Amino acid sequence: MNEIYVFVLAIFVGFEVISKVPPLLHTPLMSGSNAISGITLVGALISSGAGHGGLGAVIGTLAVVCATINVVGGFLVTDRMLEMFKKKEK
Amino acid sequence: MQTLVNIAYLLAAVLFILGLKKLSSPKTARAGNLLAMIGMFLAVVVTLLDRQIVDFTYILIGVVVGSAIGTVSAMKVQMTAMPQMVALFNGFGGAASALVAFSEYEFSRPTSNQMEFSVILNIILSVLIGMVTFTGSFIAFAKLQRIMRGPPMVFAMQKPANALIFLAVIGLGTAMAWDPANNDFLLAILLLAGVLGVLAVIPIGGADMPVVISLLNSYSGLAASATGFVLHNNMLIISGALVGASGIILSRIMCKAMNRSLANVLFAAVGTDGGETAATGGAAETRRATEYTVEDAAMVLENAQSVIIVPGYGLAVAQAQHVLHEMEALLMKRGVNVRYAIHPVAGRMPGHMNVLLAEANVSYDLLFEMDAINDDFQNTDVALVIGANDVINPAARLKKESPLYGMPILNVDKAKSVMIVKRSLAAGFAGEDNDLFFDPKTMMVFGDAKKIVMELAHALKAA
Repeated sequence: MNEIYVFVLAIFVGFEVISKVPPLLHTPLMSGSNAISGITLVGALISSGAGHGGLGAVIGTLAVVCATINVVGGFLVTDRMLEMFKKKEK
Repeated sequence: MQTLVNIAYLLAAVLFILGLKKLSSPKTARAGNLLAMIGMFLAVVVTLLDRQIVDFTYILIGVVVGSAIGTVSAMKVQMTAMPQMVALFNGFGGAASALVAFSEYEFSRPTSNQMEFSVILNIILSVLIGMVTFTGSFIAFAKLQRIMRGPPMVFAMQKPANALIFLAVIGLGTAMAWDPANNDFLLAILLLAGVLGVLAVIPIGGADMPVVISLLNSYSGLAASATGFVLHNNMLIISGALVGASGIILSRIMCKAMNRSLANVLFAAVGTDGGETAATGGAAETRRATEYTVEDAAMVLENAQSVIIVPGYGLAVAQAQHVLHEMEALLMKRGVNVRYAIHPVAGRMPGHMNVLLAEANVSYDLLFEMDAINDDFQNTDVALVIGANDVINPAARLKKESPLYGMPILNVDKAKSVMIVKRSLAAGFAGEDNDLFFDPKTMMVFGDAKKIVMELAHALKAA
């Protein structure tokens, strides 16, 4: 039940924080938040490395690959975009 | 030790929130992304120190392969292809959530014939949402990349088929709750969820993809949250919830900007993807549009005091952003006040047009969102429209029977004069003719966006 509390409160925090992001930055917001959702990597690491072997470990390793693509790709591409947003110095 | 791990996880979650918070301004945004990266790094390192992990071989292989693929794609991708890229990354995130839940089930299955119902429910939710995100995102990718046809694919009994699959998932889930030792049920759910993802996205038209990828973004977050419930990990739940909220907000904004309800986007199979080529002008047009040559157009622009540029996706297709920036700089040098007006659906995903213009070195303080600039059109000498159509069509305000009616548009028609760069007089995505083309104060400059803008810049340089 505690977890549901955490979930609901986090949704509210999300709405508060994200509604302040200007449309100018909506694409980086999407790719950046996307990278954050790759946090399942943490679970994947345990599945892959817990030494249980068998189907579970194979699936776990596959999950590590997928999650790492999501995390690394997402953060890098976001950084690439944000770097381009510049104000002209006068 | 466990307390330390939990504190580190909490810190990671806080860093994610702070990172997103810093996205509220382009000045701090890059630092914000860095904060989120640090949060992720912290979470990963702490997890690796966990004593549950005994074997690093597979982890290493997985991380190396994943980082290589992620890095290469992130560095190579063109900014115009960003929607596809985000869809793809999203899909991988969904897949990871589904797989983690599945492998967690595999580990706990043999020992317990009795599994708590809430645990089973969480596993099923995680697999279901994760797989729908995975296959749905790949279909969205294929449509955006034009590997797959853009127009909606519909077949008879599509909705009943989807409903049937959904019912089958519930049935299999119930079976799994009765017999948790048998992993066939979850495998079947995994496959069916994959099919559901495909079937849910193929009937959605290419032009509606901005909504779909926003929604899938939200799903990938919810999938991560569901996995957090499976693993009893609050950090996953928090991070997933943040992303879920973000996706929901973005989908809502996109729907509002397109004047559609979410249900309409998801189920109505609206829209062709042909753009100008598909839409014919309809009945023979008897009205005359005023055509301007590039030279005349350049003269009008340099004699203006204020110009608002309205870029549409046609601009990006023609790759004209860079020359446009060059032209804007030339006008600014002559003392013309130049700004850009960006409609929320100007690109192929939320905020896409801003990224494309930023790539062309357009200063971001010249980019104005619709609500911020709409009242200024009436005091503006020239509204220069390039590659946009539906988002400036006054029918959205006036014609009750038009499919565009009610859609928020840029008030281009309120400007003192309007200049439209376009290939032809054809209608836009919505198939609605644009009366603005025939307005006496409208100057039409026909041709390819890049070629015309280049010639305009040339003429301005020479003058």
